[in-house]
Amino acid sequence: MKIHIKNGRLVDPKNAHDGRADLYLAAGKIVGVGEAPADFHANRVIDAAGCVVCPGLVDLSVRLREPGYEYKATLESEMLAAAAGGVTSLACPPDTDPPLDEPGLTEMLKFRARNLPGPRVYPIGAMTQKLEGTRLTEMAELNEAGCLAFSQADVALTDSQVLLRAMEYAATFDYSLWLRPQDAFLSRGGVAHDGPVAARLGLPGIPTLAETVALSTILLLARETGVRVHLRRLSARESIAMVRAAKLQGVRVSCDTTIQNLHLSEMDLLGFDSHYHLQPPLRSLADRDALREALKDGSIDALCSDHTPLDEDDKQMPFGESAPGASAVELLLPLALKWAREMAVPLSQALDLVTWKPAQVLGIDAGHLSLGAPADLCVFDPEAEWTVSPALLRSQGKNTPFLGQRLQGRVRYTVIDGHLDYEA
Amino acid sequence: MVDPQLTPQGKLRHLLTLDGLPAAMLRQILDTAESFMDVGERDVKKVPLLRGKSIFNLFFEPSTRTRTTFEIAAKRLSADVVNLNIATSSQTKGETILDTVANLTAMHADMFIVRHGQSGAAHFIARHVAPHISVINAGDGRHAHPTQGLLDMFTIRRYKGGFQNLRVAVVGDVLHSRVARSQISALTTLGVPEVRVVAPKTLLPPGVEQLGVHLFYDMREGIRDCDVIIMLRLQNERMKGARLPSAHEYFKQYGLTAAKLARAKPDAIVMHPGPMNRGVEIDSEVADGPQSVILPQVTYGIAVRMAVMAMLAGGGGD
Repeated sequence: MKIHIKNGRLVDPKNAHDGRADLYLAAGKIVGVGEAPADFHANRVIDAAGCVVCPGLVDLSVRLREPGYEYKATLESEMLAAAAGGVTSLACPPDTDPPLDEPGLTEMLKFRARNLPGPRVYPIGAMTQKLEGTRLTEMAELNEAGCLAFSQADVALTDSQVLLRAMEYAATFDYSLWLRPQDAFLSRGGVAHDGPVAARLGLPGIPTLAETVALSTILLLARETGVRVHLRRLSARESIAMVRAAKLQGVRVSCDTTIQNLHLSEMDLLGFDSHYHLQPPLRSLADRDALREALKDGSIDALCSDHTPLDEDDKQMPFGESAPGASAVELLLPLALKWAREMAVPLSQALDLVTWKPAQVLGIDAGHLSLGAPADLCVFDPEAEWTVSPALLRSQGKNTPFLGQRLQGRVRYTVIDGHLDYEA
Repeated sequence: MVDPQLTPQGKLRHLLTLDGLPAAMLRQILDTAESFMDVGERDVKKVPLLRGKSIFNLFFEPSTRTRTTFEIAAKRLSADVVNLNIATSSQTKGETILDTVANLTAMHADMFIVRHGQSGAAHFIARHVAPHISVINAGDGRHAHPTQGLLDMFTIRRYKGGFQNLRVAVVGDVLHSRVARSQISALTTLGVPEVRVVAPKTLLPPGVEQLGVHLFYDMREGIRDCDVIIMLRLQNERMKGARLPSAHEYFKQYGLTAAKLARAKPDAIVMHPGPMNRGVEIDSEVADGPQSVILPQVTYGIAVRMAVMAMLAGGGGD
């Protein structure tokens, strides 16, 4: 299939390109930028007038719910949702049932995903068997089966000796560990940021210390072992300063945050709406503002959706009993754009945080529109306004705190591996 | 944000928390309660305000006193009352809260009185009930217990004549106490100039000062020259969760004894929401002493709950 995308504003952060240019795709590759290769006859011409043409989004945290949680969502529904969000590559955490701790399971997931339309799926392997935090998984075997990194997902690792060993072992092969810093004991029983709002509402708290104490352990062990670490979903201002300092010391560390933590705060909990029950918890306005600044100055390397589709019953409960998480993969682009507008950040910088930079974290050839690169891209109308509603979300999970919000930016086309996988 | 417990006209639609209710409305509830005070003293202890209404006591957590006083209050207003102890019935069979609520709605309920172990449970139910049904929060997790807060204000007003020149100390496990949150909210709204909180750091939520209170760790200092001392119940679980070493040490530091009480004003009153742990947070000598108003609190609770129900049903307070 040969595709010609014409009249669009091409924004390619990696190559510092922002301007009107046509794009030519053939055999799953980008074969022309600005001018057509010789003898190019398109099967399909897309008029992108008024639209932005950018690399497909790379989302570092999308739960596809297979295997094990098909009643919450299926691979098919969530891959389609991701494509509708302009996402062309995604990493999925290993907290499936069973967890992704064996090569066979990851191979099966990759195989199933390959045979469905939608993004390229990169499973993150479990770091310990059954995520139990006691025995290491066969990381080399899992790597051969396609796991580019290893993680405990949201399951806390309480034994710091196991963490040290996992780092040493991963460093042996230069695998990256994706860790979410949260101390299991300091966060025990908590459902909300341990601040004045939780004090007022009587919600059991998760103190910032739960994040920073765990983070400090991770950073010290990472410095010692030389392992590559990606910190998932930071939520607190103090964490940013700690990561910044570690980077200056040469610790090989990167980090991300979520669109929820970027736009919401503990103040949103005041009505007890369980859609705001998230992990990490929504923290103070000062924390939120620090995340917004850190993303702007480059201290945070990538923005992710932390897509967690839940079924309705999971949220139809009092706040503290409801399951945490938000369905979010379809909101990654419009909420990145919203942040950029509010912070007066150029479009290209905002797109960098959801394309090229996360591709670097994951270590894949994606997130750019260079000649010869994979034909993974997204065409979106940056002006189009829409209201988030259950009917408009393709994900099986309708659980988002942004329901009812007017957002700007709507995906028109998503091309993955040269195929037009989504068309609005 | 729209307050879910008020109608667009500013009238009471549900009673979920005292947080955010204007002082005028709190006073209106207390005045209405005052007008119901004599009903309990008549030979025929009934007024027909809620005749034909069905009130469901939905208790997801066990309670004797609160449930009983709500029941008496509803019956004095001539309502039909049904008690459901859901902690021991359908919830354990897997029925969700919303299923329970839908079933009771189908039985033509007019009002739900809800107690639940989760903060925000009453808000959650209020969001999902039919428009003609009112919800009264009878205690949700650590969040709020508004009728208890109101009856405490009623008690203070009766004994102290008002709120303007008072120094009030709330002593004990504020962290886990829905009662304390409702009291603090009402006391600050009604204009008490000095609300104190006295507790060890392990029993205080972070940022508690932002609720408008002064913090004291030393009880002898904390209750000095106070007009009102409110003791909170201490549950035995607190010793297991490493918040306190022992009941013995707690009583020594924070238990109200006659010796400590002598530091307060001579006419200070002592309150407790019940049930009391004698010898843990309060000495029997004080609990049964002349400054204790713990039993009148229970009596006033009935009038206050009648007032709230009558106002929600549109029958009183206008």
